[in-house]
Amino acid sequence: MQPSRIVITGVGLTAPNGNSLAEFRRHLLTGVAGIERIDVRYMGSQLAGVCHYDALRYQKKKELRVGTRAGSISIYCAREALADAGVSLDTLPKDRVGIYIGCTEHGNVETENEVYSISKFNYDTKFWSHYHNPRTVANNPAGETSLNLGTTGPAYTIGAACAAGNMGLIHATQMLRLGEVDFALCGGVSESIHTFGIFAGFKSQNALATHAEPSRASRPFDRARNGIVISEGGCLYTLERLEDARARGARIYAEIAGYHVNSDASDYVLPNPQRQAECVRAALARAGLAPAGIHIVNTHATATPLGDIQECEAIRAVFGEGCPDTHINNTKSFIGHTMGAAGALELAGNLPSFDDLTVHPTINVDDLDPQCALPGLVLNQPRQVARVETILNNSFGMLGINSTLIVRRFIP
Amino acid sequence: MTKDDCKKLVLDIIADIAPDEDLTNVRPEVRLRDQLQLDSMDFLDIVMELRKRHGIEVPEADYLQLASLDSCAEYLTPKFNALPAKG
Repeated sequence: MQPSRIVITGVGLTAPNGNSLAEFRRHLLTGVAGIERIDVRYMGSQLAGVCHYDALRYQKKKELRVGTRAGSISIYCAREALADAGVSLDTLPKDRVGIYIGCTEHGNVETENEVYSISKFNYDTKFWSHYHNPRTVANNPAGETSLNLGTTGPAYTIGAACAAGNMGLIHATQMLRLGEVDFALCGGVSESIHTFGIFAGFKSQNALATHAEPSRASRPFDRARNGIVISEGGCLYTLERLEDARARGARIYAEIAGYHVNSDASDYVLPNPQRQAECVRAALARAGLAPAGIHIVNTHATATPLGDIQECEAIRAVFGEGCPDTHINNTKSFIGHTMGAAGALELAGNLPSFDDLTVHPTINVDDLDPQCALPGLVLNQPRQVARVETILNNSFGMLGINSTLIVRRFIP
Repeated sequence: MTKDDCKKLVLDIIADIAPDEDLTNVRPEVRLRDQLQLDSMDFLDIVMELRKRHGIEVPEADYLQLASLDSCAEYLTPKFNALPAKG
């Protein structure tokens, strides 16, 4: 039996350079990055991608006080996605809505805040917040979203390091096909810039970017790249089975064409190009596509010296020289690494290409690393192209989790 | 400290933990939960803030004493007045 066709019908997002798909896309086509300096506890001034959405648009002050940043980002994105999809919560069967949110991690921010707070009371744990547990449970961002929306279907997070954004969409696709839910809100979020630990951890790995100009700090594929710019962000989609979307006359952004998830099983942090290539090939096979049938490859590359080369090796192995219509870009060069949101946000940044036939570039490449010189790389300026029928989105994460998601232009 | 001073300190705490609420017309004799959107976690916040800001402990058995502003004042004012004088 053919699996149900699954389509994207709404997008809600907040990125360091935009709080809607239209604004985000405009900035990706006009070279506007969103990196700034923030003060990080114990570490001082650091580069980061900060979201500037209006949190009070969908939440009360008390919700913001009690909840988490990841919860707030999720709620903003979910509400925006529903509005974009033209769906009213009043008409949606609330027990048939699934919320599947990818997270790189959750709870570090809240735990660090509490440890810092009790440090002011000589580490006496009677000053430890009673909100600590609901704030730090792994399902927090999805749970806060279900509370805000009043939906009663399954709502949970998917922990998948920096592959998590793709995983939200993949999991939602699976749940829709299984008939577990009839409507899904899915994607990924990150509140990572509010924990010093992630900055300190990358710094100890020698993988934290530095640059005098914040907007030029995230520079995948450039010879002078020197690490990751940590960012927060979120992007949630509404996904539906095609017949349901059609029945309500929904606008369709794209159709899920294929996906794959696998594991390196080789190292805690070092990527494995062979496994990455296997992941991409398996996703292509599921989509019934040859490499040459992919028109945009959005890379995961985070601007670490080794990681970029290894992903390029994987892409070269799959796409090689025989794919003249395959264009390759990177969104982190604008927004830094939004961790659990990365896959979802980076896909969103490319979706409008189906309509405007323009591929957003990878910016900040002044001196292309020869080891990253892939054919089809779109450098510094957007490229107008003849065809965009398919987009392939890579997102990889620590402990060797790889995810590839392919979407295609919707053709009835 | 007078009972009115005590009510003011409790209202200051409530203003922070329930920032969406209008506190201008809180009736001191009416249960706080009957006139404000407060849940059990919010009452734990009141207990925590009394501890953090003022060094006052409210044992669980006495939580009902925090039901209204009047009962808060009855219960807490002696506790405030029993605190060691600040140097």
